[in-house]
Amino acid sequence: MSRIESVFQELKRSGRKALVPYVTAGYPHPSVTLPLMHAMVEAGADVIELGVPFSDPMADGPVIQRAGELALKHGVGLVHVLDMVAQFRKHNAATPIVLMGYANPVEAMGRDAFASAAATAGVDGVIVVDYPPEECAEFASLLRSKSLDLIFLLAPTSTDERVAQVASLASGYIYYVSLKGITGASNLDLTDVAANIKRIRSKTNLPVGVGFGIRDGVTARAICDLADAAIIGTRIIQEIDVAGPGEIPTRIGGFLKGIRAAMDGVTP
Amino acid sequence: MLTNNLPYNLPDSSGHFGQYGGVFVSETLMHALDELKAMYAACQKDPAFTAEFEADLKHYVGRPTPIYHAKRWSSLLGGAQIYLKREDLNHTGAHKINNTVGQALVARRMGKPRVIAETGAGQHGVATATVAARYGMECVVYMGSEDVKRQAANVYRMKLLGATVVPVESGSKTLKDALNEAMRDWVTNVSNTFYIIGTVAGPHPYPMMVRDFQSVIGRECLAQMPEMVGRQPDAVIACVGGGSNAMGIFYPYIPHSSVKLIGVEAGGFGLASGMHAASLTAGKPGVLHGNRTYLLQDEHGQIIETHSISAGLDYPGVGPEHAWLKDSGRAEYVTIDDSEALQAFHDLCHIEGIIPALESSHALAHAAKLARTMDKNKILLVNLSGRGDKDMHTVAEKSGITF
Repeated sequence: MSRIESVFQELKRSGRKALVPYVTAGYPHPSVTLPLMHAMVEAGADVIELGVPFSDPMADGPVIQRAGELALKHGVGLVHVLDMVAQFRKHNAATPIVLMGYANPVEAMGRDAFASAAATAGVDGVIVVDYPPEECAEFASLLRSKSLDLIFLLAPTSTDERVAQVASLASGYIYYVSLKGITGASNLDLTDVAANIKRIRSKTNLPVGVGFGIRDGVTARAICDLADAAIIGTRIIQEIDVAGPGEIPTRIGGFLKGIRAAMDGVTP
Repeated sequence: MLTNNLPYNLPDSSGHFGQYGGVFVSETLMHALDELKAMYAACQKDPAFTAEFEADLKHYVGRPTPIYHAKRWSSLLGGAQIYLKREDLNHTGAHKINNTVGQALVARRMGKPRVIAETGAGQHGVATATVAARYGMECVVYMGSEDVKRQAANVYRMKLLGATVVPVESGSKTLKDALNEAMRDWVTNVSNTFYIIGTVAGPHPYPMMVRDFQSVIGRECLAQMPEMVGRQPDAVIACVGGGSNAMGIFYPYIPHSSVKLIGVEAGGFGLASGMHAASLTAGKPGVLHGNRTYLLQDEHGQIIETHSISAGLDYPGVGPEHAWLKDSGRAEYVTIDDSEALQAFHDLCHIEGIIPALESSHALAHAAKLARTMDKNKILLVNLSGRGDKDMHTVAEKSGITF
């Protein structure tokens, strides 16, 4: 059983939902990423999505785009991100790590080399934003052979046929993008999210996480009534931006503790 | 007319040219691309669509464009005869409008009242703003903030035509970043917005659709050359940035195996300098902007900044069909650097009384190089893809002149 699968099973047993924070690796500085990841786990993160910086992040909004640009200025690329995961694993063998990025860095490394290096580093899942199922059937089975999950995005515009197509290749969990548009856009329509998650669940037994538009305890709590995981990205980058030097892990830890408490229905 | 009747039959149904092309976009765009694919397939089969497209090309764009024998230049070079396909004589001054007319007609059939576009030098932006005015559509053009500064006249032209120009501040602030930003707009506003891509790149069906609309160039040549000289040329030469003017003139010639196809990339300050935009010559395959193709990238797969004197060739990728034509050997790709292109620009001005675009000047420079080595009875056909009025500032600056 993969680390991601066992985390979701354990949560299900205890009647809780997964908190999945995202952070761009190397933002705002490479030295922050590791302590930040550990602080996230301590605050109650169940899975961490680690963004791999890319020069042309077509699907990201201005906040995550800018985070990637700064990380690139520090020279952080796929090789360095894999190294960060290996470092993280020295102190944490339990929390699943999912890399989220674009196809070209993976292709430049070579898909086989990437799959081996990711498995060795201790990566559990991979989201390649610009690999739709049409273009990555082989890649999915390559990852599976290394016990890595290939996680796919589904959107409000995904037809039933596409949901089924994604479900046939996906493992780990399904990432439902709750809004049209790019990361960091506003306004969450919960009725719409509920209807679409129902549609997705009719095609797959995988856990469904919701991302794009979760900003605080209230929205996270609302998502928990519908889905298996709340994924938070842009809001974390914004929280990092207002943190003073040296206090990023503490501040993000505090922010996530609030969300965790709201999700678990306890007063923090 | 737009249906492919040639034995060459690419892309396949999933948009691949061999290992190149495809649909590499986020799930949020897949539905929009499926809709576009279906609508374009319906347009291809509809004689009324073809008739409307051809009528607009004739009466609004001014087609067919002539082919001109550059006699004085050919005789001074002392070798092969150079013929110019005069796309510079189109309405708006370049081949770009062939494609924007076609895509605007598709947008209208889809009932989309708003069109968006990316632009580098501004030619595709102007061509999009033009057809948006003509068909009564709202138009937003994304342009890197560096390019907005370099191409002030074209920015004003777009505004005169009623378009909104949005300067893009991210990344290298040039064409590739404008493309990223246009994609983001499309993802967000897909229900009322049609994205008019300006070149033969992007996710399927764009490379095929843009090629089909541009291939009017090559089809006219196929008919015009025998009328003028009794045969087809020995070689067809075109500049390649994203590659739309080159695909437009190459495509109908692909089955004519005796005609050499030569694409000319921007060599910038020379390949050795690393400051160029020669994706096919110096890049390697990867995935960017929705398709797999040759890219200029570093060892970590990050896209690198390019350089060319011509903003229209200043792009780190290239259309996937060119990648396929290169690997298959059907076309060859060479480079011409900034100074060689400038020389050809001045030569055509002085000797033939034609001011060519700096993009097209790359094709002209290679034709001149080649002509000198060939017999006088050989024929080179060059796609003169646009006129050079937009390049006045760039060329004057190189000669130390300011207005």
